Amino acid sequence: MERIPILRMGQFLLVTIQVDLYDRLALDLEADLVKMVSKTGAQGILIDISAVSIVDSFMGRIIGNIGVMSKLLDAETVVVGMQPAVAITLVELGLPLKGVFTALNVERGMDLLKSKIQIIEEDIIDPDDDYSTDLS
Amino acid sequence: MITALISLNKDNMSVIREQDVVPFRNRVKEHAVKIKMGLVNQTKLITAASELVRNMLRYGGGGEVLIEVVSRGRDNGIRLTFNDKGPGIADISLAMKDGFTTGKSLGLGLPGTKRLVNEFDIKSELGKGTKVTIVKWVNG
Amino acid sequence: MATDITKVFKKKQSAILERWIKNQLANEGLRDDLMSNEDLRADSEELVAALVSSLNEKTLLDYESSEFDHVIEILSGISISRARQGFSPRETGAFILSLREALIEVLQEEIKDTKELMDTSLKLYRLLDHLSVITFETFIKGREEVILRQTDEITEISTPVIRVWDGILALPIIGTLDSARTQVVMESLLTEIVESGSSVAILDISGVPTVDSLVAQHLLKTVSATRLMGAECIISGIRPEIAQTIVHLGIDLSSIVTKASMASALQYAFRTLKLEVRKTVVKSI
Repeated sequence: MERIPILRMGQFLLVTIQVDLYDRLALDLEADLVKMVSKTGAQGILIDISAVSIVDSFMGRIIGNIGVMSKLLDAETVVVGMQPAVAITLVELGLPLKGVFTALNVERGMDLLKSKIQIIEEDIIDPDDDYSTDLS
Repeated sequence: MITALISLNKDNMSVIREQDVVPFRNRVKEHAVKIKMGLVNQTKLITAASELVRNMLRYGGGGEVLIEVVSRGRDNGIRLTFNDKGPGIADISLAMKDGFTTGKSLGLGLPGTKRLVNEFDIKSELGKGTKVTIVKWVNG
Repeated sequence: MATDITKVFKKKQSAILERWIKNQLANEGLRDDLMSNEDLRADSEELVAALVSSLNEKTLLDYESSEFDHVIEILSGISISRARQGFSPRETGAFILSLREALIEVLQEEIKDTKELMDTSLKLYRLLDHLSVITFETFIKGREEVILRQTDEITEISTPVIRVWDGILALPIIGTLDSARTQVVMESLLTEIVESGSSVAILDISGVPTVDSLVAQHLLKTVSATRLMGAECIISGIRPEIAQTIVHLGIDLSSIVTKASMASALQYAFRTLKLEVRKTVVKSI
């Protein structure tokens, strides 16, 4: 059966969606990803949707679900490479994609995930560490 | 000035299974590309079509979609008519409110879809079925 | 015996043309500044020739006849080009209406029987009225095309996306932000974000005259779409009176970063990108 491959890169999981997802495929991906996070203890998920031309509310819900579910397992989700037309359509549709971070491309997404994890680690070491605030 | 809407090209497709959704979207895209619809409007149209066809599968048990290339005055566009023989919608004005849902969804289906297209019309009769018509103009 | 008007018009074609041109030249509204007399003559000659060749007993009664397609084609062409050249509707109308006079004048000379003259004139009137309506329709269409083209041009030139810094885009919005404009703004901004790989976009609204709840909604949409792409969007150029309206209308913009000036927005962007602009101190010896 057809499945979207999930790649493991260190503490992150990488998914590239190359085809138009039909419902079964999307639901399988959701289940597979959550299982993988739990099994590998991955701290971050990166989903590349640069090849996806349509995101409807169903797809949006799957992406949101992945974000919220992995958050429960202590992993952050970053969606990268959304096409401009898709972003405009999602906004018009009223779909905010809650629970996930977004980045321009895979590289930026990786940086973002790393920084998120770093912040969490720093918080554990020094909870009082405040971000430098500019008073200007 | 009201100019008559002329249908130039008709294409009927039945959608009864979840696997029909992606081929149906591709068919709509083909027609949209043919009349030189811009990428953003294409995406809006196909997303709207996808929402409606999912509703039709979920609540209406599948049905027929008529894809038409239409023209009015100087405008060209795509008209989609979704016809199902499902249970129908009891209160359409309620269904058109943001946040209303009876099924397992986000409840932004109909009003969200309406925002994506230029014309949106829904008719439903309890026990008989639902008919949704949308139009997206090339420059809309 | 009834006069064969087909023959009459064929015979009198040049007389009709001369009369018509005389009528046009005599008209006070003649725009010799917009069009030379030679051009006027050429237009008139073409139209008269086409009209005379398609006129006969049958087509005179049936002005929807396809025989007139060529006439209508010529007439539309003249009408559209006049609309573009800046002729007024009255001037364009005078062009076709003076043809009617010329035709009737010729008829008067040829047909002696009063009743027959009345009959034929009436038919001719109807036909030419029909042609005048077409002239006006195409004239307005020509004007509309001019307006549409200008609208497109305005939309295009009024949404420049500027790369102010590596990774920072700025988009000054001038004029009202309606939904069509918003779409263009969003599209060009998001495309440029992808192309330049920018992570901060500044939307400057100093040139937007008023912000009502609809405009605010459009701004919020643009910000949301930018965020979905993975970039941050700052709104700058909020004038005091705009801040007042926003609060009085109860619009919630708290979810987005707003700055008073482009300069402070840029400063914020620099900080986000961990960049610093400093004044270099030159040590005096």
